[in-house]
Amino acid sequence: MPTSELIGTWVAAGLTLFCFSFLYKDNPFYKFAEHLYVGISAGYWTSLEYHNVFRPNLWDPLMRLDLNLLFSFPELGFSFMWQSIILIVPFIFGILFFTRLTKNYAWLSRWSMALIIGIFAGIAIIGYSTGDLITQIYANILPLWTGNWLSSLNNIILIIGVITSLIYFFFSKEHKGTLGGAAKIGIWFLMISFGASFGYTVMSRMSLLIGRIYFLFGNWLGLIQ
Amino acid sequence: MKEFFKKLEKLDRRIIFIFVACALILPLFIPLNIKFSVTQPVQSFYDTIESLPEGSKVLLSADYDPGSMPELWPMHLTAVRQLCKRNIKIISIQLWATGSPLAERVFNEVAIGEFHKKYGEDFVNLGFKEGREVVMVSMGNSIPQTFPTDYHGNKTDDLPIMQGVKNFSDLAMIVNISGGLPGTKEWVLQVVSRFHIKLASGCTAVSAPEFYPYLQSGQLVGLLGGMKGAAEYEQLEGIIGLGKRGMDSQSVAHLVIFLFILIGNIAYFSTRGMKKEKG
Repeated sequence: MPTSELIGTWVAAGLTLFCFSFLYKDNPFYKFAEHLYVGISAGYWTSLEYHNVFRPNLWDPLMRLDLNLLFSFPELGFSFMWQSIILIVPFIFGILFFTRLTKNYAWLSRWSMALIIGIFAGIAIIGYSTGDLITQIYANILPLWTGNWLSSLNNIILIIGVITSLIYFFFSKEHKGTLGGAAKIGIWFLMISFGASFGYTVMSRMSLLIGRIYFLFGNWLGLIQ
Repeated sequence: MKEFFKKLEKLDRRIIFIFVACALILPLFIPLNIKFSVTQPVQSFYDTIESLPEGSKVLLSADYDPGSMPELWPMHLTAVRQLCKRNIKIISIQLWATGSPLAERVFNEVAIGEFHKKYGEDFVNLGFKEGREVVMVSMGNSIPQTFPTDYHGNKTDDLPIMQGVKNFSDLAMIVNISGGLPGTKEWVLQVVSRFHIKLASGCTAVSAPEFYPYLQSGQLVGLLGGMKGAAEYEQLEGIIGLGKRGMDSQSVAHLVIFLFILIGNIAYFSTRGMKKEKG
């Protein structure tokens, strides 16, 4: 194993043990690992955003902007540099974010926020309405009898589950009588789905722990292959 | 007996940690070889890739970070292995910045190391692009314009694998390895519903229940949920990888947790009866 990799493995193993020490109780080793992680993450993401987003998408194209060409040959220059010129708009909106640091002009940052929220809301609404709402409603319009007992039972359970769960979230009328009974069945369906989610969450967390144990006993100590 | 349950209610959580640790560690040294069957969502994932004609192009989006590696790394490796074995060309992108080095590692290990595939001809890594859903929608218009250069700085238009690839309509399907947001949900909502392309997902177990409705509606053609999904996929590929090796530990740990939940509930209901009697 190369020296750099060996050092990396030992550092990673040490930090893993520091994190695991929290299982016993809170201690300075855990705090050290926690603060180190937060600090490194902040630095890493700042650097990453600067090199992968800010420079290639905004700064470098803006720096290539040749104003002489624009003024000498307005038509030619403008068409060539339109893609760079338009970047001044997001650049200004980006700068406006920093007005949050001032008391008097902090309100200007809302323009940038409004732009971002507007764009993402527009994209998300289309996605959710076509991909989630309509398609899922369509997917739940199922025949109660398919010619096969098992698939018919599956469809019936699915339809009862959807309707009763929706009734549980219907608050315009008091949950009494038939409505109350249906809402109670809905609660059972919801509880089963929460149970399934919890089971999958346990599985996920165990997998992460297995990954760390593999690392400690395999990569670090070399006890397992 | 009730006194015992009373004590159990106040059991130090660290004792449970020791039991779980033992349940996870011991099977790694003493393999139990617990058998498991392949579920339909995993079979569909595998079959969809198997049904693609040789030479077709697949988009592989590796949207995860090292934090999800124990679950997603095995399925990422196996997916690239299956695609390479079938001589399917892979165009990889990442919507998570931390996914780029992982995608590079998988290509080096499998595509180059095992199958001697050529970069730029048989596979390409277009790298990371910030913008989440905006990137997905933009790719629907033009993939080369969304990714003008690849991970190594080569012009996308100059790469042989990218010849004839304009947008999603030139791809056979999308394989998404998803660690969270943006991931499978966004691919379904933004791409499958708009551009009508097949999508197969490998995701963390935490997010799997959220994606089952998409499987039922046909918006997903296959689903690998967590380490269990990865293990089943490895079984179909006939390999013993990290997923399959972790299943013994996973199963024993689940059994221990199940027993603790059961004992905890018995203790709770027993002592509740005692409290009622006292009251």
